[in-house]
Amino acid sequence: MDNNRKVVPLEFEQPLSLLSQQIDALERQLADNPHVELEADIVQLHEQYIQLKRSLYANLRPIDHLAIARHGQRPYTRDYFERWDPDWIEIHGDRHGADDQAMVGGLLCMGDINVVAVGTQKGRNLRDKQQCNFGMPQPEGYRKALRLFAHADKFGLPLVCLIDTPGAYPGMNAEEHNQAQAIAMNLRELARLSVPVLAVITGEGGSGGALAIGVSNRILMLEHSVYSVISPEGCASILWRSADKVATACQSMKMTARELLASGIIEEVVEEPLGGAHCDYDLAARKIKEAIVKHLNLLMKLSAAELKQQRFSKYRKIGCFTELPVC
Amino acid sequence: MDLKEWFANRRKGREAAEVKQPLTTEEYCALWTQCFQCRELLYTSDLRANLQVCPKCQYHFRIGARQRIDQLADQDSWSELAGNLASDDPLGFFDTDSYPNRLAEAAHKSGLSEAVLTGTCLVKQEKIALAVMDFSYFGGSMGSVVGEKVTRLAEHAASERLPLVVVASSGGARMQEGILSLMQMAKTSAALAALHDEGLLYISVLTEPTFGGVTASFAMLGDFIIAEPGARIGFAGRRVIEQTIHQKLPNEFQTAEHLLKQGHVDMVVERAKLKDTVYRLVVFHPAPHKGARRPDSSKRLPVLG
Repeated sequence: MDNNRKVVPLEFEQPLSLLSQQIDALERQLADNPHVELEADIVQLHEQYIQLKRSLYANLRPIDHLAIARHGQRPYTRDYFERWDPDWIEIHGDRHGADDQAMVGGLLCMGDINVVAVGTQKGRNLRDKQQCNFGMPQPEGYRKALRLFAHADKFGLPLVCLIDTPGAYPGMNAEEHNQAQAIAMNLRELARLSVPVLAVITGEGGSGGALAIGVSNRILMLEHSVYSVISPEGCASILWRSADKVATACQSMKMTARELLASGIIEEVVEEPLGGAHCDYDLAARKIKEAIVKHLNLLMKLSAAELKQQRFSKYRKIGCFTELPVC
Repeated sequence: MDLKEWFANRRKGREAAEVKQPLTTEEYCALWTQCFQCRELLYTSDLRANLQVCPKCQYHFRIGARQRIDQLADQDSWSELAGNLASDDPLGFFDTDSYPNRLAEAAHKSGLSEAVLTGTCLVKQEKIALAVMDFSYFGGSMGSVVGEKVTRLAEHAASERLPLVVVASSGGARMQEGILSLMQMAKTSAALAALHDEGLLYISVLTEPTFGGVTASFAMLGDFIIAEPGARIGFAGRRVIEQTIHQKLPNEFQTAEHLLKQGHVDMVVERAKLKDTVYRLVVFHPAPHKGARRPDSSKRLPVLG
């Protein structure tokens, strides 16, 4: 998708849309009547527009972040791979009978670092979306990823995982092909890798389906991405038994990038272009690449044993509980 | 006293005894349990003696963690570990009630302080590290404490060279702890990776019901996976799947027997034979001495399984 397409506004951006309609109207007027003194007004409105956008984006609610993370025009894994390395080599299949399109894998050169990269893929138009199962991998997808983890380990290549998935697919075939085991095995094997593992959440980090490619030395999150134990819709329907508590669920679960950085679950928040990554694919891709290269350079200084140890102790420490005195 | 008198006295004595202890409805109900499956009325004490398995249709009733330990461990051999861990409320979570209130309610209902008991015990004189989850505490959900206890037990098993047995029963991750719950999946799996690299045995026992984040982490990572008859086991819940695919699922879907057919579990073992099965697997795989790993296998990364 090119950089000049029309960006579809989100619900909370309504004031912005109104303003931009005004600007458009004035610009049309100016085009029809070049004599009218409108230019100053237009410039002022443009400034107002930018200011309003800044202030809107500085005060987003968690559910707004969720809306941006799920924006239909948000760049997906393939958009990033293509921008990072136009000559990237795609690797297909789990070697057991399927090639899950919801999980993309390949060999990329990032800067001057060769990496193995995997990521979930959502699909842009209806046909794509169906092929990619709306970004929800089946066990075959996780096993395809596992195969690539093993490849990275064998050749000592750093592993980069891009996460943008509502979660693992809850379907009948997925269960019969042992979705739970596929995820569990990925968790265990990611923990055992002797190469640097870097995960980036680029959109939705949905539960176990996200974690299955997310056990890493460092996790980065795009500014407007989210990461949670269950979808806010699921949480609202289970705990509140009501579909209109989604905003509350978003708030309660502390699922935004900044909240997760503050609680020490992730290592860095990568800033997005103003208005979200979908407003400027190239800039978003460049920013993520810079962050990835920076962290990989640091991680590659560690030995295999240190990398494994660092990953182990990072997850070992996570948890919040009280140790009561033993009577 | 002639014989007639003796009989009369006896009858009177009996009648008096019966009158003395009239049963309340509750007590009467507690005496009997109806089988969920075959609807047979069972005498509760008989049911308990039969390990909470219906003698008529072999339906395995859900049992609590303490009862499970009594069934598995040799008498008086259980020694609890990390029983002093208590959940915090990291998110200040409040849905229709606050998380601390829900924890208190769960503790009251189950008589436990968390959804898992961990410790060591003997099984026919073989020492094992044992974790047993209890569905009656917060639906057996995994939060920080469950993750920490399972992780500590795996570490204990690794340092003491013990086989690890985990009896799972859980609805999944505990939403009230948010992302911390999700991370327990990674934490427990990493601890099991270490155990795996030590060449130690891990047996996972799946009981009614085992779902979500627990299935998708430590429960599916056993060298052996044993399921109890009739147990429902899966990743996503039945209702979620039905809503997603817009069709009704067959009855046997996600049952232990179906999983066995699909090749997802090693065996379906009835409760009466569980202890013996665990024992036989344990003695078949003596723990290697520390550092005495079989060569080359620590580096091996299985592409599958």
